[in-house]
Amino acid sequence: MSGLALFWRRFRRNTAAVGGLVVLLLIVGAAVFGPVLHPVDPFDMLGRPTQPPSARFLLGTDVSGRDILAGLLHGARVSLVVGIVASLAATVVGLLVGAVAGYYGGVIDNLLMRATDFFLTIPSFVLAIVIVAIFQPSIFTVTAAIATVSWPSVARLVRGEFIAQRDRDYVRACRALGMRDWEIILRQILPNALPPVIVVSSLMVATAILTESGLSFLGLSDPDVVSWGYQIGVGRSVLRVAWWMSAIPGVTILVTVLAINLVGEGLNDALNPRVQQR
Amino acid sequence: MTALLQVEGLSVHFDTVRGVVRAVEDLSFAVERGQTVALVGESGSGKSTAALSLLRLLPPGAGRIAGGRVLLDGRDLLALPARDLRQVRGAAVGMIFQDPMMALNPVHTVGRQIAETLHHHLGQRGAAAEARVVELLRRVQVPAPEQRMRQYPHNLSGGMRQRVMMAMALACRPSLLIADEPTTALDVTVQAQVLSLIDELKAELGMAVLLITHDLGVVWETAQRVVVLYAGRKVEEGPVTEILTRPRHPYTAGLLRAAEWREDGGRLAEIPGSVPSPHAMPPGCAFAPRCPLADDRCRAAIPPIRPIGPAHTAACFRAEAA
Repeated sequence: MSGLALFWRRFRRNTAAVGGLVVLLLIVGAAVFGPVLHPVDPFDMLGRPTQPPSARFLLGTDVSGRDILAGLLHGARVSLVVGIVASLAATVVGLLVGAVAGYYGGVIDNLLMRATDFFLTIPSFVLAIVIVAIFQPSIFTVTAAIATVSWPSVARLVRGEFIAQRDRDYVRACRALGMRDWEIILRQILPNALPPVIVVSSLMVATAILTESGLSFLGLSDPDVVSWGYQIGVGRSVLRVAWWMSAIPGVTILVTVLAINLVGEGLNDALNPRVQQR
Repeated sequence: MTALLQVEGLSVHFDTVRGVVRAVEDLSFAVERGQTVALVGESGSGKSTAALSLLRLLPPGAGRIAGGRVLLDGRDLLALPARDLRQVRGAAVGMIFQDPMMALNPVHTVGRQIAETLHHHLGQRGAAAEARVVELLRRVQVPAPEQRMRQYPHNLSGGMRQRVMMAMALACRPSLLIADEPTTALDVTVQAQVLSLIDELKAELGMAVLLITHDLGVVWETAQRVVVLYAGRKVEEGPVTEILTRPRHPYTAGLLRAAEWREDGGRLAEIPGSVPSPHAMPPGCAFAPRCPLADDRCRAAIPPIRPIGPAHTAACFRAEAA
């Protein structure tokens, strides 16, 4: 049986993870096709402000009379893209730093890990705010800020994996065959170190979405795009008369993050079969 | 004609908090072309450390080559730039390890791992490399190589894995094979197969073998020369028939007695005591505290290596008495 088929069989056994995957696919589908099926500009003022859900505005309107459903669908794109790109970038940086630190050890390890500690000791959300505030808030800076605060945990994890692998005989055998260090790092050790990293990065997407929402709730988001956090921020001022305005994007964030976490747990069980028996 | 491998005064030290540990001290020996030399000693004698040092494979921070020369075809491997050394590793010198399960990467198919060696040193890839992988696997007597090459190490038995290791080590037709306890992790029946395979390939490729082992039975069957290590030093060296029938160093004699099969069901003849702690080496001969022949001279000074027969040397003041 191929590795992929085996993986899928293990993953399928976890009902919650499969449920999470279905929800996640629905959200991705909404982000991809939603703005096409519901072609409304989320910044257009279309009707009376603060309307409850109705036949014309399925999820109501916000304080400026904008269609909340349109905002939600466009916001899904922002949240998912920022979340995925930021955690991909963080994973790549974390892999590089952790791999080099763990493989070489010694002074290199010390230098890289102290740099990592520097990021780990600052509360990540505060650091993200500072970074976005210094540069102009845009999709790019928000993504970069989230990636900047996220890579250290990956680096720590990867370093640990590399330390565990580097003294194994197969690494010695590779060196005895004349392989270069980078070949051993990338082609030999990395595939062995990858499973826990995949799990952590998939969970990191959820954290990145939360951070992005938090930033845009505080007004630190790209002014040209609607995001879920921004929608919550807009609804905040009328929370007591129009609770749904904040609740709808809030629940959306909750469901998305929960779905990603369930999928991440499922990945963990499928990729690390030994920790499964709990 | 010079020997293929000439080790001269090799010393490997470990810097520990309790001081310098001399894992290998002033080790010299030679391996002639096409010859099998066995490096023999009990655990902790420094034989594996010495073997790894030849290709500078000690993990960083674990050991430091404190001196000596390792001449392969006249080139000093210890002085070679890292780049040139990589050309030697896996090409001129192949290496196989004790536990073939641990020495194969669990995430790659065995075929890919062999192909990587081919690609690395010979630039072969694609169909040519694949054909060569099949040929190599067939050469090390792996049945159904076309299927086996697509399997992962965990699909194979211990003997098969060691054969795969050998296919990797032999891919570039090395002139020297370093085999670090190649049969220790295998079943007895498989051991014999692997050993005779090494012998066959040796004859076919004209390569020399440096065999690291503690198994005197294996030495008797495969080696032409024997180097006996004790506590990091060479204590005796000579032709295998000499060493195993007329040992001159009391330690070698003790090893032989311990390995002897007692038909009468008597007690196994062990060597009393144990290897001295590397932190508290005696001033004289390291074996003196366990030696039945030791006198005051042995306890005062380290006996030098000296010739005591044709091509036979020993580091013992009382070699003639043994």
